[in-house]
Amino acid sequence: MSITNIFGIAGSALNAQITRMNATASNLANAGTVSSTEAEAYRGKRAVFKALVSEELTNAGAPYVGGVMVSGVVDDGAAPRRVSDPKNPLADKDGYVYQSNVSEVGEMVDMMAAARSYQNNVEVINTARQLMLRTLDITKS
Amino acid sequence: MNLLDKTFGIHAKALQVRGQRLEVLSQNIANADTPGYKARDIDFKSVLGRVQSPDDLAISATRAQHFSSAEPASDGGLLYRVPFNTAFDGNTVEMSVEQAQYGKAAADYQATLQFLEDDISGLRKALRGD
Repeated sequence: MSITNIFGIAGSALNAQITRMNATASNLANAGTVSSTEAEAYRGKRAVFKALVSEELTNAGAPYVGGVMVSGVVDDGAAPRRVSDPKNPLADKDGYVYQSNVSEVGEMVDMMAAARSYQNNVEVINTARQLMLRTLDITKS
Repeated sequence: MNLLDKTFGIHAKALQVRGQRLEVLSQNIANADTPGYKARDIDFKSVLGRVQSPDDLAISATRAQHFSSAEPASDGGLLYRVPFNTAFDGNTVEMSVEQAQYGKAAADYQATLQFLEDDISGLRKALRGD
């Protein structure tokens, strides 16, 4: 319990938000993909966050207790859209292709939310750094 | 030792508790997007009171060489914040509230630091004698 742990805690959050943004980038890159079966269709990836509430979840004495981790990446449950496109080489025998279930607008919103959360944690680190440097200067007063 | 304790008074302990509060608030900000996370905060006054006069569970110092434990209980004084609006995912971190509290806590920390700096420069002046 001290101000030095803030770097670990906010750092864990930066890590988690970057993972979330990676998932968003992957989703946006695959937003337009189609495939010939429903099972093969791309499904949006979602990072699931989990609070590191106690030391059992981390190494004992780790400086990021109280931070956050990505406990897993799960697929979005929405069903892929089935679209008639007989000229597509990937179309099945009935002439249908399966589009990814990614909502581009939703992904953009999620990306902005992740970026804002990242910035918040950067500010936390900046403030903590300034306070620590001032604390070190206490002997010079 | 006693001289230093008397000089710095409450501020040395206050700095410790203020540092703890900053850590708790940084935990809230880190978990702003975690489903089901409940925002927490420290009641500064009660924790400082506990640090100043440790309760009966504290280690008793039976010899002069024994140290007294200045560290308060690890989860001492942690309270859950009551949110203004609840989110669908059960998260009670409200970023604007946390940002405001963090800014205030940082200012409080600097205020306590300033008191300590003044105490030290006073001591220094007395030692130098000029």
